[in-house]
Amino acid sequence: MKRAVLLLAVVSSACAGRINDEGWRPFAEWSYATRIGTIIHESAWLFAAIESVHLLGLAAMGGAILLVDLRLLGLGLGDEPLRDLARDAQRVLLVGLAVMLTTGSLLYLSEATKFYSVDFWGSAEFPFIYKMLFLALALLFTFTVRRRALASEAPVTRGVLPLVGLTSMLLWLCVAVGGRGIGFY
Amino acid sequence: MVEWLAATRGSIALHESQYMYVIVESVHVLTLCLFVGFSALLDLRLLGWLLRRVPVSKIVGRLMPWTVAGFVVMIVSGALLFYAIPVRSYHSIFFRIKVVLLILAGVNAWVFHAGIWRLRTSWDLDRVPPPRARVAGALSLVLWAAIIVAGRLIAYNWFDCDHPLPRVVVTLTGCAQEQQ
Repeated sequence: MKRAVLLLAVVSSACAGRINDEGWRPFAEWSYATRIGTIIHESAWLFAAIESVHLLGLAAMGGAILLVDLRLLGLGLGDEPLRDLARDAQRVLLVGLAVMLTTGSLLYLSEATKFYSVDFWGSAEFPFIYKMLFLALALLFTFTVRRRALASEAPVTRGVLPLVGLTSMLLWLCVAVGGRGIGFY
Repeated sequence: MVEWLAATRGSIALHESQYMYVIVESVHVLTLCLFVGFSALLDLRLLGWLLRRVPVSKIVGRLMPWTVAGFVVMIVSGALLFYAIPVRSYHSIFFRIKVVLLILAGVNAWVFHAGIWRLRTSWDLDRVPPPRARVAGALSLVLWAAIIVAGRLIAYNWFDCDHPLPRVVVTLTGCAQEQQ
């Protein structure tokens, strides 16, 4: 737990320190010019196709996260054994996550230069950095604190479990809102 | 009809407001997680891939209120999105495909409920439900995935009426195009 908090602090300050740093520009330009990035942004329909698959991943992953987080709050399948439920949901979550990370990386490559701008607040850079920051936090939380909570034998909701569920939902909601935000620029 | 809708004050306000449209659109997309996410979990149970130890009727009973809530949000926000841009949506080929797929998904759900679901007492606890339930689950997964893709593509203007379109697309979209 202490290690997780420390890691959170390091990741968030690293991200914050990088915001609008000239250091991003070469990476953004290199990403955009990669073979894959070029193929996607030169195609009329590839971006739309990848984006659609990104949404399919969202639905799968979102459902799996919500099912277990609601269970932690005693809602939905609130009386099912947590470990069984979590194990099954985790499979869907991992598949969804793999789809989202793959398609997300492709989407990034195809429009990487959009995420570097002198106008931080008025460009896609702000929602992008914000999304990546929360993505790092959400992943860290999911695979440390939440994972440990799900392995507990607790038959009913008690103690810290509802808090874990709420935090998880909130973190992932921030990631999703950031992702939606990118689309507006 | 859609032109009359487009001329209503609410439609114009929604279309021109900087934030309302964006908010409604975001709600529509993010509610996917709840509605399609939970439907997909039920479908996976019907396929016998997930939550095999939980009775199907229990999953339906417990998740249905959430799924229905998600569905209502989807329908209301979706209707508002249509209301904001009625003429273009009405002629959008992807919107039309989406409506057809939605009807098919509805028929699939109805066939399931009127059929094998009535006999559930005999297979409720089965780890892998009978073929008819599995088919319903698989069809539902495929249809909802296609609905998401069609919905996303409505945003693209590839086949809008003001583009030169192949004759088959003109027929399908009902666009009034000048013959070139």
